[in-house]
Amino acid sequence: MKEKLVLVGNGMAGVRTIEELLKIAPDMYDITVFGAEPYGNYNRILLSPVLAGDKTIDDIMLNTLDWYEENNIKLHVGKTVVDVDRKGRKVIADDGTEETYDRLLLATGSNPFIIPVPGHGLPGVIGFRDIKDVDTMLGTAKTKTHAVVIGGGLLGLEAANGLKIQGMDVTVVHLTDTLMERQMDDVSGRMLQQSLEEKGLQFLMATQTEAILGDDCVKAVRFKDGLEISADIVVMAAGIRPNIELAEKIGLHCERGIVVNDTMQTFDPKIYSVGECVQHRGETYGLVAPLFEQGKVCANHLAKFGIGRYEGSVTSTKLKVTGIDLFSAGDFTGDDTTEDIIMKDVANGVYKKVVLKDNKIHGAVMYGDTVDGAWYFQMLRDGTDVSDIRDHLMFGQAHLGDAGHGGENAASAMSDDMEVCGCNGVCKGDIVNAITDKGLFTLEEVKAHTKAAASCGSCTGLVEQILASTVGDYSDTPKKKAMCGCTEHTHDEVRHAIKHNELTSIPAVHEFLEWKTPDGCASCRPALNFYVLAAWPNESVDDPQSRFINERVHANIQKDGTYSVVPRMWGGVTTPNELRAIADAAEKFDAKMVKVTGGQRIDLFGIKKEDLPEIWSDLNKAGMVSGHAYGKSLRTVKTCVGEEWCRFGTQDSTGLGIKIEEMTWGSQTPHKFKIAVSGCPRNCAEATIKDFGVVCVDSGYELHVGGNGGIHVKATDLLARVATEEEAMEYCGAFMQIYREEAHYLERTAPWIERVGLSYVKEKVVEDEVGRKVLNQRFLDSQDVFKFDPWAREVADAETRKVYIPIKKIG
Amino acid sequence: MSNWIEIGAVEEIPKLGSRVVETAKGDIAVFRAADDHVFALRDSCPHKQGPLSQGIVHGHTVTCPLHNWKIDLASGEAQEPDEGCTGKYETKVEAGVVYLAL
Ligand code: SRM
Ligand SMILES: Cc1cc2nc3c(=O)[nH]c(=O)nc-3n(C[C@H](O)[C@H](O)[C@H](O)COP(=O)(O)OP(=O)(O)OC[C@H]3O[C@@H](n4cnc5c(N)ncnc54)[C@H](O)[C@@H]3O)c2cc1C
Ligand code: SF4
Ligand code: FES
Repeated sequence: MKEKLVLVGNGMAGVRTIEELLKIAPDMYDITVFGAEPYGNYNRILLSPVLAGDKTIDDIMLNTLDWYEENNIKLHVGKTVVDVDRKGRKVIADDGTEETYDRLLLATGSNPFIIPVPGHGLPGVIGFRDIKDVDTMLGTAKTKTHAVVIGGGLLGLEAANGLKIQGMDVTVVHLTDTLMERQMDDVSGRMLQQSLEEKGLQFLMATQTEAILGDDCVKAVRFKDGLEISADIVVMAAGIRPNIELAEKIGLHCERGIVVNDTMQTFDPKIYSVGECVQHRGETYGLVAPLFEQGKVCANHLAKFGIGRYEGSVTSTKLKVTGIDLFSAGDFTGDDTTEDIIMKDVANGVYKKVVLKDNKIHGAVMYGDTVDGAWYFQMLRDGTDVSDIRDHLMFGQAHLGDAGHGGENAASAMSDDMEVCGCNGVCKGDIVNAITDKGLFTLEEVKAHTKAAASCGSCTGLVEQILASTVGDYSDTPKKKAMCGCTEHTHDEVRHAIKHNELTSIPAVHEFLEWKTPDGCASCRPALNFYVLAAWPNESVDDPQSRFINERVHANIQKDGTYSVVPRMWGGVTTPNELRAIADAAEKFDAKMVKVTGGQRIDLFGIKKEDLPEIWSDLNKAGMVSGHAYGKSLRTVKTCVGEEWCRFGTQDSTGLGIKIEEMTWGSQTPHKFKIAVSGCPRNCAEATIKDFGVVCVDSGYELHVGGNGGIHVKATDLLARVATEEEAMEYCGAFMQIYREEAHYLERTAPWIERVGLSYVKEKVVEDEVGRKVLNQRFLDSQDVFKFDPWAREVADAETRKVYIPIKKIG
Repeated sequence: MSNWIEIGAVEEIPKLGSRVVETAKGDIAVFRAADDHVFALRDSCPHKQGPLSQGIVHGHTVTCPLHNWKIDLASGEAQEPDEGCTGKYETKVEAGVVYLAL
């Protein structure tokens, strides 16, 4: 017999919890759901666009009745649970329906707060909470003219905007003199009010309602100062109250909400609760992002996995009124211990304020230009130290060279047929349709369903904007970003565990950290293989099956399944002999193209897999080794001719490049690693867009780090100036080692430095001389293990050679 | 009527890996999961004909090396949200030897 799970409250948090549960333990429970509303589960957030006429009720359904049926969920719609017999473990609905349970989940949401002024019970006085309320508003707007909205918060303004679009005269009444004072400061609040006035809304600020007048329905509203205005409908949007009526009645401990612990359990261990009705660590929440985090944790405990705790959320706010961009998060008021950075351009309708405390973002409020809201918010939650980017913080992420955020609100200006993701050919319209049809909430879901932003990722910013403008604020990126679906742990946690618990193989990591899937997946296995190798170069063994095909067969796979072969050319220098061997190999193995790469060497294209060992063997015989053009490893050291030939050269850049390549080739790194050495500041080797770049100057060597010439072009930062080649090489080794030990797998040096800060890298590699020498020594020690020619090794090993040929040929 | 053809010893296919059987009608990828289950699919991804034999195997799934579609080894079907299917072949292992039904 399966255990029985009953959910009370067929809303956003409760049903999300069931979805999470079905994902991880589909067959564990017989599930029954009670919902007071007469529908399946719908996206409450989108009631605002429905009211504004941008969407229909059908558009906002998340789970239709069919979904419940397909998942064997018994659904009681239109039934309110009125009692629970906790001893007999059964719930009782208003029509007498009874269901027994082993586990009960309360997700009763909240109720609009109706201010108890005289007349508040009159027909025509409503909240803004469900489909019924929206129907009432749309119905009234068809025949009547005057609407009064009490409360100038998020909900009130969205209601007012919708009613205005439906053709009514709308007056918003607000108690204080700033709109949305919980989310906005004075300046942005006034800018907001002005734009809404331009849209035709009227405001009565600092005004208190005294009574609602009328006989059998609303007629007018009277205020404390004596003013009276006519009203055909009054929308109370003065806040929400957690709906704890049922919980209180059955004796569960409640304060403002139903009190739960970090595993979403109430004081009765058989009863869980999630959503707006919940009070966790003293906080209640009124936005979906934290509720979804709660749902995920709750599902995990219902599935008896027992991992994951909910530790509270920081939330951010956006207003869903077309044409108005505002964003706020955290504490944006500040106090004696905080500093403000403000950018104000009222004429252009732009205002941004970031509150810093100890060089970390403490809060932010933005009006007009909110493109960087998500970026500030991420740094706020991550506790990122912003000292290094402080001077251009206000100009936004685009200013840091991270594309995809370029252009103010680029997403809303795009037409549906404009391409967003250049890798997968996904247009804006495809993304919008997927979001609305499939009810997607997060960037991850959009990636999975549309493939947008799933490849090179440069359009991520744009996709996030589309998500935000289509569904309101959905940035539910958890504070902790798990490595992948196979674990709850972050990259840093995994690396820490590997180092401190001497985990020297992938199975050991899986066991110690309780991986959720038996063999991991194509995303975590290569990462773990690298982490284990990087931490334990001598103790661990490389696992070829956990490497991407290119690294497994030491060549780059092509679209037609053939491979390309790139022998190393030290510092870009070659000889007639090498060239002859390459030419011979190209002919012998029928290379379809011979091409000079962007990395100063030669690429042979269209080689068959079964020929690989043989072509390598030929190249080896001419003294050449693998160029690792496929590896998460040192690629090339690009050089220019330098002092030996060039009239401007200051040092032997070619020679130094070759020495550095000889020191670093074969190294295992989190992502590919490129180096260049230029002989003078004219910089013909493009050293300032490499992971590590050397620019020779008269007095010695400038060392640059964190450049990238790929998706987001980024010039390097200057790390240090040194006088000798030996020092340049020591810094290089130390830098590569700290990058190897600390960056996340598939994180190039540019985003890594952006994440940890250049000051941190300088502290470890430049300021701490002893530390630098230790890092460099660790680098050299692990090079003893990593520095070998994989081609020669494969050629020599008859067993592995077999893998390159078919196991059998038939016919 | 299926016609069982001997392919080779299980040990010749790396665990969590694959070997190719070349046939006149195109390559077949033979996979070996961690639990020693052996599967065979046409070596051609339903997306853009990527060689599935070169992908990363996890559970009873292979991730295509070209654009990361995930293909179920038992059914040949692409996992949601991708759609498509590649041909599958029956396999059996007897006394450590793999047979393929053609
Ligand atoms: C062969 C080459 C193009 C050429 O014909 O010149 C090349 C070819 C590929 N590049 Fe590149 N890149 C080549 C130089 C570059 C350069 C220029 C350079 O190194 O000076 C860049 C920009 C510089 C940089 O990396 O900072 C470059 C930026 C990329 C990127 C974007 C990296 C980024 O961090 O933004 C990728 C994608 C990735 O690595 O994830 C990429 C990925 C690829 C891959 C490996 C795509 C793949 O995963 O299969 C291509 C393999 C093609 C093939 O069929 O073999 N390639 N690639 C160049 C080989 C250089 C070499 O000798 O090793
Ligand atoms: C107009 C509007 C716009 C919003 N915009 C945003 C936004 O942009 N971003 C954002 O993050 N959030 C927004 N929200 C808030 C968001 O919708 C809520 O936080 C979320 O819906 C709360 O989920 P819940 O499951 O806790 O409650 P609900 O979704 O309200 O679900 C509770 C359900 O339980 C039912 N119920 C209650 N008691 C019983 C009982 N005894 N028996 C049976 N059923 C019962 C109720 O009828 C209801 O259907 C908005 C809300 C509204 C109303
Ligand atoms: S070689 Fe590089 S730039 Fe050219 S198509 Fe391939 S990945 Fe793109
Ligand atoms: S060819 Fe397999 S994913 Fe594209």
